[in-house]
Amino acid sequence: MQFDFSDEQKALRDDVRRFLDKSCPIPVVRAVADGEAGHSADLWRAIGESGFLAAALPEAHGGVGAGYLELCLVAQELGRSIAPLPTVSSVYQATELLLMAGSDAQKSLLPRLAAAQAIGTVALAERPGETTAAAIGARVAGGRLTGTKLPVADGMAADLAIVLAQDEAGGQSLFLADLAAPGVAREPVKTIDPTRKHAILRFEGVPVEPLGAPGEGWALLNRVRDRAAVLAAFEQIGGAEAALFMARDYALGRFAFGRPIGSFQAIKHMLADMYVSLELARSNCYYGAWALSVDSDRLPAAAASARVAATQAYQLCAANTIQVHGGMGFTWEFDCHLHYRRSNYLALALGGPSLWESRLIDAIRPQAA
Amino acid sequence: MNFDDTPQEAAFRARAAEWIANNAPFELGPELDVSGFGHLHLDSIDRIAAAKAWQKKKYDAGWAALRWPTDYGGAGASPIEQVIWAEEEGVFGKLSGPFNIGFGMCGPTVMAWASEEQKRHLLPRLAAGEDIWCQLFSEPVAGSDLAGIRTRAVRDGDDWIVNGQKIWTSGARDADWGLLITRTDSTVLKHRGLTMFFLDMTSPGVEIRPIWQMNEESVFNEVYFTDVRIPDAQRLGDVGQGWTVALTTLMNERMSIGGSMPTGFPQLLELCTRIETENGPAIDDPRVRSRLAQFAVRATGLQYSAFRSISALSRGEQPGPENSIGKLVAGAMMQDIARFALDLEGEAGLLQDKDIAPDRARFQEMLLRSPATRIEGGSDEVLRNIIAERVLGLPADIRADKDIPFDQIPTAASVGR
Repeated sequence: MQFDFSDEQKALRDDVRRFLDKSCPIPVVRAVADGEAGHSADLWRAIGESGFLAAALPEAHGGVGAGYLELCLVAQELGRSIAPLPTVSSVYQATELLLMAGSDAQKSLLPRLAAAQAIGTVALAERPGETTAAAIGARVAGGRLTGTKLPVADGMAADLAIVLAQDEAGGQSLFLADLAAPGVAREPVKTIDPTRKHAILRFEGVPVEPLGAPGEGWALLNRVRDRAAVLAAFEQIGGAEAALFMARDYALGRFAFGRPIGSFQAIKHMLADMYVSLELARSNCYYGAWALSVDSDRLPAAAASARVAATQAYQLCAANTIQVHGGMGFTWEFDCHLHYRRSNYLALALGGPSLWESRLIDAIRPQAA
Repeated sequence: MNFDDTPQEAAFRARAAEWIANNAPFELGPELDVSGFGHLHLDSIDRIAAAKAWQKKKYDAGWAALRWPTDYGGAGASPIEQVIWAEEEGVFGKLSGPFNIGFGMCGPTVMAWASEEQKRHLLPRLAAGEDIWCQLFSEPVAGSDLAGIRTRAVRDGDDWIVNGQKIWTSGARDADWGLLITRTDSTVLKHRGLTMFFLDMTSPGVEIRPIWQMNEESVFNEVYFTDVRIPDAQRLGDVGQGWTVALTTLMNERMSIGGSMPTGFPQLLELCTRIETENGPAIDDPRVRSRLAQFAVRATGLQYSAFRSISALSRGEQPGPENSIGKLVAGAMMQDIARFALDLEGEAGLLQDKDIAPDRARFQEMLLRSPATRIEGGSDEVLRNIIAERVLGLPADIRADKDIPFDQIPTAASVGR
């Protein structure tokens, strides 16, 4: 058994880490948080040129053709550095949906996505509450889409959107929309994580083309969500580890009552619990990475386990990092809130924790003989 | 990333599986399957006799004490081969219960500190299942603070005379030998006044009293020493070096890979498919599903963490302090799962009578056993300290007994409480 990444994969991880240490230090993250742009355009261009985001995409579509294990490690490093990039929208979902269900013509968009020359997103939710079939009001009639989607990740910058809407046959299907087309109106919305901004997208008779078979919208979304969940979970454990070590370092350096606060068991045990949560999540993520890389039929259970555990770990580590920092952790100036915000954004990005808990139970439920 | 054996590992697994298929006591299989959490229970045969018979059979065929050198009765196998053996041995591994402390802790300590002659005498007997060992460490006043023990050993010619009391000694009544840590000097710093011995448990002056536990079993014991004579030749390490020797024992405890500890999750999941709530089977009840999912990811997290440890072993790496998470997570889970299962069973969750309780009171027994799991072999709090200090690099706790001779350290009595 080698339930671990190979030396080559770890070398790639180290390359990505070095790249991000240099090109995505905290000021790059903060510039996005403080500015209007939804992501860092310079970083996006640079990482596009590096090929890291195209690790899993086949060469025929402009990718590197390495594999999903490699992409998982790239995601982990992106999470560690709180990278302000459209990954969940463009890399983990839009790219995967085009690859899974796109026509040959639609797949010709993939090289531009892989090179970070274009951004794709998925437009699903419309109103508060869990997004179910009953919550979809967007409609396509005569090849034209009308409806409002919010919040849409990276909606201001995206070039194309994959939209779930009612089709003329009464089913719900996916449609591919060119966001430069007439009839598209966009408006930025403030969200809990300003380093990955969102928008309201209004469609008024926008020409769209179907993506995948009619009526298969939810089936495709659910399949792609399993894949995206593993990748997002790696971002989450990368972020959780960064938050844990930020807290550890602060606990070593901050003195109170004449001793480092890291010598108090109240703090030590909190940090130990953060570590335990992270390691349980990491192991679940490894299994998710394996299932994704070999397209195992256990992917639904593996993805949900990775997702539930990683969400929990990142939320715990990010919240406790503020706690360890005390009042300073509550300032805009300290970086703790960047993890707190990101951890809570990632928790909701592909459907929230309770949705994934439910998907997990469906996947592991013993089947009646 | 793969779950495949190397060709050598596959060959070892095939040999192990074949030998087990031809030799294991399959007639005990059903009883072993349901033998509870932590403690070997057999109704059809004396459990010690069954354990010794299986161990002897393994020894004769070269499958005992796999990782020990062949000179000392072992098989000279690699750590990963030990893991593969355990996977193949399956439920029959539960029969090794009475020898676990010998193999896991006492044996390695003897191997590191005893004379060559002693090693060649004692270790093959342990490997062959002829001797059972116990560990005489904890005392009423010294649990997590193990170096605070007070059992005295005083030199008398070629012997030492021991007086005092040990507690929480698992299996003391079955043991032939004990590994005993004593205080030989109270006037020096507490870690420096300790000396380690091994002793014959039938020595005059050794008295064993079973502890009647809160779960109505007596696995743990108190062991009293009244003028017990131990030959100086049975000293392990130098006089005053006992703490260093004890660390060998405790580090070997960690070598046993976590993750194989039961959590009760598979049993809970199965229960949820057949127990009813107002929303149908419990597994369809939203109140249940969320809790179940939280347990599920901890169970798989432990299982896959064990896979990671096994992979590291296969690469030749040593297990480190990160393996402390296994018992920390499993112990608390067992308690939480037991409480949750009782909740699902409704008022029948109160029943402890095996003949009428749901699942023959499986979860009720778990409820009453789980508090011990969170204490024995390193309490939850000690394990968190280990993670914080040895994994995360945080400072040790500031101690009130530092740089003070042992006999000057404050106690409840000395401060009048």
